[in-house]
Amino acid sequence: MSRSRYTQRHCCQYQWSTLELLPETRAFQGSIFQKHHGFSTSASDGASAGADEEKGTIPVTFVSKDGEEIPIQVPIGMSMLEAAHENDIELEGACEGSLACSTCHVIVMDMEYYNKLEDPADEENDMLDLAFGLTETSRLGCQIVASPELDGIRLAIPAATRNFAVDGYVPKPH
Amino acid sequence: MAIFRARRVLWRSFSTVSSHPLRVCIVGSGPAGFYTAEKILKTHQGSQVDIIDRLPTPYGLVRSGVAPDHPETKNVINQFSRVAQNGRCSFFGNVALGSSISLVELRELYHVVVLAYGAESDRVVGIPGEDLKGVHSAREFVWWYNGHPDGRNLDPDLKNTDTAVILGQGNVALDVARILLRPTSELAITDIASHALTALEQSSIRKVYLVGRRGPVQAACTAKELREVLGIKDLYIHIKETDLKITPADEEEMKNSRIHRRIYELLSKAATAGPSRPSSGQRELHFVFFRQPDRFLESYDKKGYVSGVHLEKTGLKGIGSGKQIAIGTGQFENLSCGIVLKSIGYKSVPVDDLPFDNQKGVVPNVKGRVLSDNSGDPTSFENGLYVCGWLKRGPTGIIATNLYCAEETVASLSEDLELGVLASTTRLPKLGRDGLLQILDNRNVRVVPFSAWERIDKEEKRLGSLRNKPREKLTSWEELLKVAGSE
Repeated sequence: MSRSRYTQRHCCQYQWSTLELLPETRAFQGSIFQKHHGFSTSASDGASAGADEEKGTIPVTFVSKDGEEIPIQVPIGMSMLEAAHENDIELEGACEGSLACSTCHVIVMDMEYYNKLEDPADEENDMLDLAFGLTETSRLGCQIVASPELDGIRLAIPAATRNFAVDGYVPKPH
Repeated sequence: MAIFRARRVLWRSFSTVSSHPLRVCIVGSGPAGFYTAEKILKTHQGSQVDIIDRLPTPYGLVRSGVAPDHPETKNVINQFSRVAQNGRCSFFGNVALGSSISLVELRELYHVVVLAYGAESDRVVGIPGEDLKGVHSAREFVWWYNGHPDGRNLDPDLKNTDTAVILGQGNVALDVARILLRPTSELAITDIASHALTALEQSSIRKVYLVGRRGPVQAACTAKELREVLGIKDLYIHIKETDLKITPADEEEMKNSRIHRRIYELLSKAATAGPSRPSSGQRELHFVFFRQPDRFLESYDKKGYVSGVHLEKTGLKGIGSGKQIAIGTGQFENLSCGIVLKSIGYKSVPVDDLPFDNQKGVVPNVKGRVLSDNSGDPTSFENGLYVCGWLKRGPTGIIATNLYCAEETVASLSEDLELGVLASTTRLPKLGRDGLLQILDNRNVRVVPFSAWERIDKEEKRLGSLRNKPREKLTSWEELLKVAGSE
């Protein structure tokens, strides 16, 4: 059941590779996200401007590993993992949302939205320990549930880096 | 960036442009094998992928390694089963590399062979007494309680003693401790092998020691597993408070690692949380740090049987890049027990005509491309031969680690295809699946295709439903092949 899936394919490679190039300076990430948030919203004027109260959905934008922006509508109460799968977005979900893996790891691109989310429970934090490319605004996609206040949230799917490390080694201090 | 996009489009259409569909054989059907298959099927439309496994059952350690009381971790099987059911993919069980078909033959039959058969052997401690009865590797013990047909006859003696010593403090060690200490009523509704459940119900083991060479900051387990073992009902946990003392080097290690920080916090809390001594009849779990095994002690009454471990106290020494290793201090003590489980790591097994690094226990490779030898010459590769998973990286990581490992190996493969590195083989048609099945038929190998595994799966679930278990595993080769072959 794929709702209005916009086919905008404007190149966000620049934006994404900027993120990858700054592994040591995650303090920057908040500000970089803000900057590009401005860039993207002005460009993606095709996406809905707000929550669709009647249909009970909110607009959410996924940014794929290649930097492709995919705006979708997510029913309130649905998890982001489920929404991704409904829209054929490539987000892994090995344990199918049961908090037994970290493959649905997403990065909340704006600190403002990250702060709106409830703090992760111990169980989620335990799984985030093992996520690849963990950042300060990382969450598990299966634990982010659509609500009206998350209207417009942007979630980036981390790229599998060439230098992936094993045993859930987290490359940056956190 | 635009070039990257174009390249991907090129890869996708490569197989259709070439007149010969790409035929790939993957050896091993665990996470490494299945994630590799999925990636190849997706990236190379028109490719045909065959996955072989020496067992009649697929999924590798997801079936035989993940603990019975961790069913959610096994959900990934649903994803893998969808891959196996893809029209361009076939699973062939009961086909062993080496005895059923050789590597040379596979490389003749397929354009590409990816070895993903993991690590089926063990690191040895290398100390006296290691072959005393009662000293087992954790791998064998895990195979035993998970119903692996090669683990059925382990027959560990859980009745002669009340104490088990586990060497190692990684997740496998914690799994073993948990299975030994959990109330069996909780295990009875899991897919644990019934012979193991029976043995555990009759077990006299009440005390388990988890022994690590280094300190709590270096413990190799992860938070979920540690939290779980600390939360077992009515279990007395003992951690020496003096072991929790940390040095500046320890602080540095924790500063750079979220996992180690959280593990240390969990252990610290557990050290002071509970009562200071066990109540009568209570089961006990002891975390022993800074001790390395010097030798296994032999029983006086029962010759040939283990009766304890002679341990040496250790101290930590920094070896640069933030790492600390254990160094013996020359002070010793004994820890009595009737069974020892060594959980110090797995090791891969070499096969004929395959370059192998005996020291690291892996196939020498660069990003999954198999090197022709160990000499370190990074330019001489084995054409069309790739490696993924533990055989490539060593026996570490979680299921998801193979996702990234497969991406890397398949990226190397795709690059080789595009750059024409494999042109000499891809230029020719290969017999692939048909050729393989013909040879196996000539050799009277009873191939177990996916549909036959589905018969096993259905029967196990049926038997399980009679006992309030998700499945009752078939644990002998005979039973498995019989059900696979039946209509």
